[in-house]
Amino acid sequence: MPDQLLYALEVTLNGLMAGVLYSLVALGFVLIFKASGIFNYAQGVMALFAALTLVGIQEGQVPFSHLINAIFGTEIHHFGWTVPAILAIMLTAAVMVVFAWAVERFVLKHLVNQPDIILFMATIGLAYFMEGVGDLMWGADIKKLDVGLPQGGSIWLEENTAWLGGDGFYGFFIDRLDIVATVVAAILVISLTLFSQYSKQGRALRAVADDHQAALSVGISLRFIWVLVWSIAGFVALVAGIMWGTKSGVQFSLSLIALKALPVLMLGGFTSIPGAIVGGLIIGVGEKLFEFFIGPMVGGATENWFAYVLALLFLVFRPQGLFGEKIIERV
Amino acid sequence: MSLDTTDSYVTEDGRTIGGVVMEMKNITLRFGGVVAIKDISFDIREGEIRAIIGPNGAGKSSMLNVISGFYHPQEGEVWFHGRKRPSMKPYQVAAQGIARTFQNIALFDGMSVLDNIMTGRLTMMKSNMLQQAIWFGRAEREENQHREQVEKVIDFLEIQAIRKTPVGRLPYGLKKRVELARALAAEPKLLLLDEPMAGMNVEEKEDMSRFILDVNDEFGTTIALIEHDMGVVMDLSDRVVVMDYGKKIGDGTPDEVRNNQDVIDAYLGVAHD
Ligand SMILES: Nc1ncnc2c1ncn2[C@@H]1O[C@H](COP(=O)(O)OP(=O)(O)OP(=O)(O)O)[C@@H](O)[C@H]1O
Ligand SMILES: [Mg+2]
Repeated sequence: MPDQLLYALEVTLNGLMAGVLYSLVALGFVLIFKASGIFNYAQGVMALFAALTLVGIQEGQVPFSHLINAIFGTEIHHFGWTVPAILAIMLTAAVMVVFAWAVERFVLKHLVNQPDIILFMATIGLAYFMEGVGDLMWGADIKKLDVGLPQGGSIWLEENTAWLGGDGFYGFFIDRLDIVATVVAAILVISLTLFSQYSKQGRALRAVADDHQAALSVGISLRFIWVLVWSIAGFVALVAGIMWGTKSGVQFSLSLIALKALPVLMLGGFTSIPGAIVGGLIIGVGEKLFEFFIGPMVGGATENWFAYVLALLFLVFRPQGLFGEKIIERV
Repeated sequence: MSLDTTDSYVTEDGRTIGGVVMEMKNITLRFGGVVAIKDISFDIREGEIRAIIGPNGAGKSSMLNVISGFYHPQEGEVWFHGRKRPSMKPYQVAAQGIARTFQNIALFDGMSVLDNIMTGRLTMMKSNMLQQAIWFGRAEREENQHREQVEKVIDFLEIQAIRKTPVGRLPYGLKKRVELARALAAEPKLLLLDEPMAGMNVEEKEDMSRFILDVNDEFGTTIALIEHDMGVVMDLSDRVVVMDYGKKIGDGTPDEVRNNQDVIDAYLGVAHD
């Protein structure tokens, strides 16, 4: 096989893996949008907040230590223990459930029946609020996240694929973290699908996503469903936060992955779970391949804008997204 | 206690009508300046078919929405089974055994007929999340029980042929029937039907009338229904409430109501003073 083709293949594989993360973040958006029609601007910040909390718990950091020290003149920063990764992840998931409950109790509950734009604004407020709370709780410095996931290129894969190409080809380089992320994301999506198809709460969730009024009439509590769906979205954010945080450290820019999820949603449609997944993969592969082939011709850095241009093209030619149904206005 | 314990009686066609199960007392409901319901009182007795009729905009749907917890009246009380009911959310009302259908059909268009009807049993499902996640024993047994019950409803309403069809693709008349099926799946004590026959042809209306009578007869379900077709109302109902401009202008057996001068005026469009 010509080396150029092999490199393109490698780029594709890496693109798929990067796409998995986009898919995960987009999935969080879709879940909340389907169930409540709310475009949750805070989804990215939720990932950041979850990752911050995870690191904090793991390292035994005292939450709000800066605040406490400033008020009481103390000098406490750590409890002096560390928490095993798996336990810390479970605790963080619990924090995200509490967060979901608080969002319902203090924000959504008071905005029932408000126009969508008001709810959207509320989530913008929520995003900045959480960013502030995250800083205040755990400090604003960049943190290293390590829950024991393997990292670095897979030597095994490299060695066993080197023979495919000529002397200049050393085999496929794929980060083991990306492989783990893909497997975890796949498990997550499968469990979510099973949950929504076969469980009582999943059925209720689908019912609410389909028709609020009908859902109410069969005895579903909207408030419970909202807490549930925000909890799930919080958990998805946690998974995305772990993957991204392990890769590039936990820092403010983590919340910006939400911006990458936007074009994914335009591609996949705002209400389609398969759409979010496929959309994420397409953007991931698309931007890597585009950078590989076209990047050198236009001076590189195409990854910053490629996704948005692709999304724009979609908006023009297929506004309902890949999997959305064509909307024909009834007249 | 204000439970009307008037003795039960047996109708001409041999059904037993019991005491009062639901009593609306001096209900007033306003939307801004619009008074949708003005100081209305009436009751519903166990096992009866109670019709609510009246011209467009009379406040009939609003009344049903008050009973099912979708609207909350500014004044008045709702008594259920001899107890004053606190202000309730629709899901709480549903949990008390009150099921309903809507004037503008509210179904889950993305789901199959079967799944739609299954949602009617959501409140009765017991297994918690963990049991279901693991999907063992109890959860599965329970699922099967619910499925059996749903199949009974499907047979009862003669919709076997469309079990797997996505609801969004069904014609109007069948959608109405599926909506009724979903309500019946909840095995309600009180069934609220908002214009179950609106927009149907004669044949579909006859089917629907038969189903309503059968539900009432076979399961003893108490039914409150809104209907415009006078013929249907006279045939089906035991007692009728007549509303006009938010006020109650008549209440009694179909014969009594038919001969009530206020009712005749309202329907003939005599000018209001
Ligand atoms: N959610 C609402 N918000 C504002 N006004 C409402 C609302 N629901 C009902 N109304 C008003 O209350 C009045 C009664 O409406 P309602 O739907 O109860 O009448 P109806 O008797 O069911 O009429 P129809 O036979 O046309 O269904 C109308 O003036 C209507 O505009
Ligand atoms: Mg109406």
